[in-house]
Amino acid sequence: MSPSKRQRSRVRATPKGRAVDPQAREEVAALLGDAPRRRDLLIECLHLVQDRFGCLSAAHLVALAAEMKMAMAEVYEVATFYHHFDVVKDGDTPPPAITVRVCDSIACELAGAHALLEALPAALGAGVRVLHAPCVGRCDTAPVAVVGQNPVPNATTERVAAAVRARAVTHPTSDVLVTPAHIDYKAYRANGGYTLAASCVGGGRTAADVIALMEDSGLRGLGGAGFPAGRKWKIVAAEPAPRLMAINIDEGEPGTFKDRYFLERDPHRFLEGAIVAAWAVGIDDVYIYLRDEYHGCRAILARELTSLRDDPPCRIPQFHLRRGAGAYICGEESAMIESIEGKRGEPRLRPPYVAQVGLFGRPTLEHNMETLHWVRDIVDKGPGWFSGQGRNGRKGLRSFSVSGRIKRPGVHVAPAGITLLELIDEYCGGMLDGHTLYGYLPGGASGGILPASMANVPLDFDTLTPYGCFIGSAAIVVLSDKDTAAAAARNVMKFFADESCGQCTPCRVGTQKALQLMTDRRWDKPLLEELSQAMADASICGLGQAAPNPVLTVLKYFPGEVE
Amino acid sequence: MMHQAAAPLAPALVKFTLNGKTVAARGNQTILQAAEEHGIEIPRLCYMEGMRADGNCRTCMVEIKGERVLAPSCCRYPKDGMEVTTNSARAVTSQKMSIELLLADVPETVYTLNSELDLWAKKMGVGKPRFRARPQPAKDDSHPAIEVHLDACIQCKRCVRACREEQVNDVIGYAFRGGHSKIVFDLDDPMGDSTCVACGECVQACPTGALAPARGVATVVADKTVDSVCPYCGVGCQLTYHVKDDRILFVQGKDGPANSSRLCVKGRYGFDYVQHRHRLTKPLIRKPGIPKHKDFTVDPERWSDVFREATWEEALALAAGSLRRARDTYGKRALAGFGSAKGTNEEAYLFQKLVRTGFGSNNVDHCTRLCHASSVAALMEGINSGAVSNQVRDVEHAEVLFVIGANPTMNHPVAATWMKNATKRGATLIVADPRRSDLSRHATYFLQFNPDTDVALLNSLLHVIVEEGLVDEAFVRDRTSGYEALVENVRKFSPEAMAPICGVDAETIRRVARRYASSKGSMIFWGMGISQHVHGTDNARCLIALALSTGQIGKPGSGLHPLRGQNNVQGASDSGLIPMFYPDYQRVNAPQARQRFETLWKTSLDPDPGLTVVEIMNAAKKREIRAMYIMGENPAMSDPDVDHAREALAALDHLVVQDIFLTETAYLADVVLAATAWPEKVGTVTNTDRMVQLGRKAIEPPGDAKEDFWLLNEMGRRMGLDWTYVHPREVFAEMRTCMDSIAGITWERLERESSVTYPCVKEGDPGEPVVFIDRFPTASGRGRFVPADLIPAAERPDAEYPMVLITGRQLEHWHTGAMTRRAAALDSIEPEPVASLHPLDLEGLGVPPGDILTIASRRGSISLYARADDGMPRGAVFVPFCYYEAAANLLTNPVLDPFGKIPEFKYCAVRVTPGGTVPERSSFGGGTLLRR
Repeated sequence: MSPSKRQRSRVRATPKGRAVDPQAREEVAALLGDAPRRRDLLIECLHLVQDRFGCLSAAHLVALAAEMKMAMAEVYEVATFYHHFDVVKDGDTPPPAITVRVCDSIACELAGAHALLEALPAALGAGVRVLHAPCVGRCDTAPVAVVGQNPVPNATTERVAAAVRARAVTHPTSDVLVTPAHIDYKAYRANGGYTLAASCVGGGRTAADVIALMEDSGLRGLGGAGFPAGRKWKIVAAEPAPRLMAINIDEGEPGTFKDRYFLERDPHRFLEGAIVAAWAVGIDDVYIYLRDEYHGCRAILARELTSLRDDPPCRIPQFHLRRGAGAYICGEESAMIESIEGKRGEPRLRPPYVAQVGLFGRPTLEHNMETLHWVRDIVDKGPGWFSGQGRNGRKGLRSFSVSGRIKRPGVHVAPAGITLLELIDEYCGGMLDGHTLYGYLPGGASGGILPASMANVPLDFDTLTPYGCFIGSAAIVVLSDKDTAAAAARNVMKFFADESCGQCTPCRVGTQKALQLMTDRRWDKPLLEELSQAMADASICGLGQAAPNPVLTVLKYFPGEVE
Repeated sequence: MMHQAAAPLAPALVKFTLNGKTVAARGNQTILQAAEEHGIEIPRLCYMEGMRADGNCRTCMVEIKGERVLAPSCCRYPKDGMEVTTNSARAVTSQKMSIELLLADVPETVYTLNSELDLWAKKMGVGKPRFRARPQPAKDDSHPAIEVHLDACIQCKRCVRACREEQVNDVIGYAFRGGHSKIVFDLDDPMGDSTCVACGECVQACPTGALAPARGVATVVADKTVDSVCPYCGVGCQLTYHVKDDRILFVQGKDGPANSSRLCVKGRYGFDYVQHRHRLTKPLIRKPGIPKHKDFTVDPERWSDVFREATWEEALALAAGSLRRARDTYGKRALAGFGSAKGTNEEAYLFQKLVRTGFGSNNVDHCTRLCHASSVAALMEGINSGAVSNQVRDVEHAEVLFVIGANPTMNHPVAATWMKNATKRGATLIVADPRRSDLSRHATYFLQFNPDTDVALLNSLLHVIVEEGLVDEAFVRDRTSGYEALVENVRKFSPEAMAPICGVDAETIRRVARRYASSKGSMIFWGMGISQHVHGTDNARCLIALALSTGQIGKPGSGLHPLRGQNNVQGASDSGLIPMFYPDYQRVNAPQARQRFETLWKTSLDPDPGLTVVEIMNAAKKREIRAMYIMGENPAMSDPDVDHAREALAALDHLVVQDIFLTETAYLADVVLAATAWPEKVGTVTNTDRMVQLGRKAIEPPGDAKEDFWLLNEMGRRMGLDWTYVHPREVFAEMRTCMDSIAGITWERLERESSVTYPCVKEGDPGEPVVFIDRFPTASGRGRFVPADLIPAAERPDAEYPMVLITGRQLEHWHTGAMTRRAAALDSIEPEPVASLHPLDLEGLGVPPGDILTIASRRGSISLYARADDGMPRGAVFVPFCYYEAAANLLTNPVLDPFGKIPEFKYCAVRVTPGGTVPERSSFGGGTLLRR
């Protein structure tokens, strides 16, 4: 008889299941203070506990469930979904005080993340936990390690060790690489900021005019899907009130760091865009979902939102800043909505679309942050200003996050339709010395891999579709003759397998089985192709649908590597 | 969930193309359902009829022309002109790949005969998977009723939906993510250590046997299945017995009107009592010279110390002969009978007819006296109908649910699921109870009022309704009487004045009153917490006044619903097992009614109401009652101050007990008639919703045990009645002639439909789920307000006995435990007698949780184990009354409510002390069945 059975045959000293520990209950209640015990705030509450106690103990989870009138399973399934929560069951050892997360996504892997991951545990000793982490959005300074909440750019064992020794675990307030100077509220307004918003809200423009103007500009959603922004405003405006807005700053696509780039420098620009959009569409509440990795941005945003609220330029919508908890999938629009509602970040089936049934079941205007970033310029300068830019027959501007084997990685705002060769030559200072262009990922982890021979294809929405690729969030990772496409594909497939929400079969199981097959020296082409077709056709969301792109493009453009 | 594609309300016809053919679908049908109707099968695994479609398994993918990717046919609704292909190479590739991926990760071990994964793999021609399997988790056999084999789990989350969206027990979660995603219980705890209440809905939902009944029964081929009704509570869940070799293998929920295939732990896992070794298989006769006294020790294993086996002829001759002799010697009123709310309507009818015509008095009662007698008294007085006005599932139409003095998650678990569903849908739940129950987690307002202060709380609600103008003037004017007296009475019960008494703050009382009064539909549910007080009738009067004053009755989603306890307590009462009523609540002291029955039964009848349960016991003690016939009741456990009840029973000259086990009551019998258990007979029962439902025979009785129907007939004939019934359907036909409410229900219809709601006056009537729409069945057609004043409990705590004892039931155990403590899984989950106290009270007493404590009242003392439950109010102890070795009713106070004659089970003064003798278990209970 198992020990558990023997125990059961005795009398139960409490009602079924875990009892609430009074001390844990008191601690949790104190931590939550007067905050409402609403379910949609669960992730915020979990952050409070994790930040305060360094982990989520079973006792605290049970106490939190009781405090919020939720079931234990409801709390547990959310807590275990997100990377940044450390659930510690009875008898488990809590994590040490310092956690070092080493990014091992594609750009950092190219820059030596694995060596770092291998060396760090010994170098840092037992008191520090070293974890691998998915892209932290600092590919321009790869490899990156994050000590607590302190990002160490161009990380070396020594630099990380120094930060650990100094107990430098918070985001630095002054460091040119990770905390550039930003335009604060006063400066933004001094330079004409919020004039547009005030004018719109004050009746200087009509919503219909502004929406038409947005449509004319041709601005498309810059999170990756590229849905025309103006049309989205129109669609949501036609839905019944109350309508909501959700702003996606869960920038997690490996190789992408443009949102961080803008947020760190000019945070009010997208807020003004949001005020204009909210006004045009008729929205009172705006939810901003910021990925947890961007601790510096969170501080900026919290401060600047306070300034904005304290001295609003006009009637502004209610802004709600919500903190992600480490989950790439929450960048998917409906997964993000689930997460804002305090749940696991599982994408929803569509239809219905979030424009009709979105956050809290309400029609929701969802935008990538950068999309809103351009609103002010477009309305101020006219739609022609934006659509007039572009190259190779394409229109508009794109903010390329470029990383990999080039001299000047970073965010480069360039004409849409620029080719990779032009981008490298004109913006990136050329290839790194000793490296020859071999191939590139045109759209982060999801957009597939193209060979050097196709470096003259215009980079924009739709232009890469014929080649089995897409530009997505315009994250370009450049590979050289020192790299292989198969290794890059394995890296991203491992990323997808780690980041799959686990909801649907083709993605949850498919990414794992694909990864298994991709570790073989010779890839089973027919099986991988069949699996890829099912993943692309049958997965619920873009993650699973795009996950086969690297596999298929390797089979197509780099067959020699895997035969 | 709100983001799911909502089905269009009106099922307009939609025309779309399916595999090249134009077909029609109703607008509320998914592609999958429409295709099925047109003979096209699409694979599916995460989909289950009746459950919200989740679309996660992706085996039902179809191609819709013009769409970039495939669509899950279980979640998509066809639109006019849509072109859908289910069998294209592209669609089939995905269908098969999803199946293959899932198949790759499950073992070949068989956990169920009905693996839907295997079925679809076979149908779709998916052979041996081409992928390597995942590392497999170990099995979890920590629960006595359910085994968890996560190696067979395909993460379809049907169990999660079953647990969270259907039953709303919220135990199962889907935790972690990606390939690590897994089904968990609470914090990924072993199922047996979790908050799981073992309703088994997850097992019923699981397509692969990853969740399966314990001990492999799902891998045995049944000989037959038999549809029936659950034998436990008044919810009336329909179920299906799976039978092999004349034994029940397992039970599944059937799609009945009260339960839609849902069951609770008792209904699903509590069936094996019928094959317990203690079953009586032969009639027993008390051995000569074995004295009867209250201080006996029941050990059914040693029955032969007290009894000897007899032939049926000998036993029946003695049983009936002695009753007849007592009647002829001491007079008709010297006899009494207790019928049973566990038997069928036909048995109940025959039993009361036997007492009224064979014994010759109205001394017939049953356990309704101990549960809702006061509710019925108040309801009869106020609206002349004791049954519920609206059915449980009417909560679907309610805006507000007010649950007071009831713990439905424990005692009416499936009814509770509908309430929780309504709450999830957005209804406001108000729970009022001194104990914080599981249901209160879902409540918008939880009023933890002080024990015994029901009237204070309820009158203050009425005060607010009157004072703040929340009264439905038109309803009061047109449909009620006595309103002025109510207004006058509640004047002094302001929330501010009552708050210190009932312990609920005045502002909350006001808010609750407003919410209840002003909603479009407010339903009141109550249980024994209301009825089992000396002021039980007053409590119910207040509830009736709430509904009448606000017009919250006589329409869907409103009304009064006393949750009935036993599976057939409604039916037994309807059938006349009550000393003051003939069948259908026709008063015995109403000459017209008496005449009707004298004509029907062709005999003269006693014009005076008979004695009630506790009165009969008192009369027996005084030797005014000399002989009794008790069928399927256990007053030696269930009566208050049970020492007194045992003394009374021991004092009888002659006691005939008809039961399936040698109960504590049977121990005091002269003749014990070995009867049949529920699955061994046919008959109807009536649930709390007024649904008359048919139970069917699934297995044969053990040994020489006889059907109760046969036994009653034999007893009747031997008491001199000319009974010639050969089948219960004949009794039912007779009942229809004297019970207008069921006059329209035919036996054939019951055989066909299994369930018909009454009133059903004419054949073919659909039955009326909502009653009192236009009038109340009173002479004037009006409902009557009856004001109530504060009456304290009969025995308040004092220095000597400083705490309050509250008795009741547990989820796993039925009533006095005769059945459930002999059901292996139930006994294993709750093996020992426990007393629940607030952890701080335990600390104050110096009793660690799990240790022995002793509870003493002025009437007796018991020792049992301490359970720390922070849902308990301070200063109170809760003890379930099912444990013979620590019988709660040794402590309870036999004082009665003056109107309902119901004892005050919910309140008496006790003293709790640390330590005591470990309760000595009899030959059952204690989790012994699974350990043997």
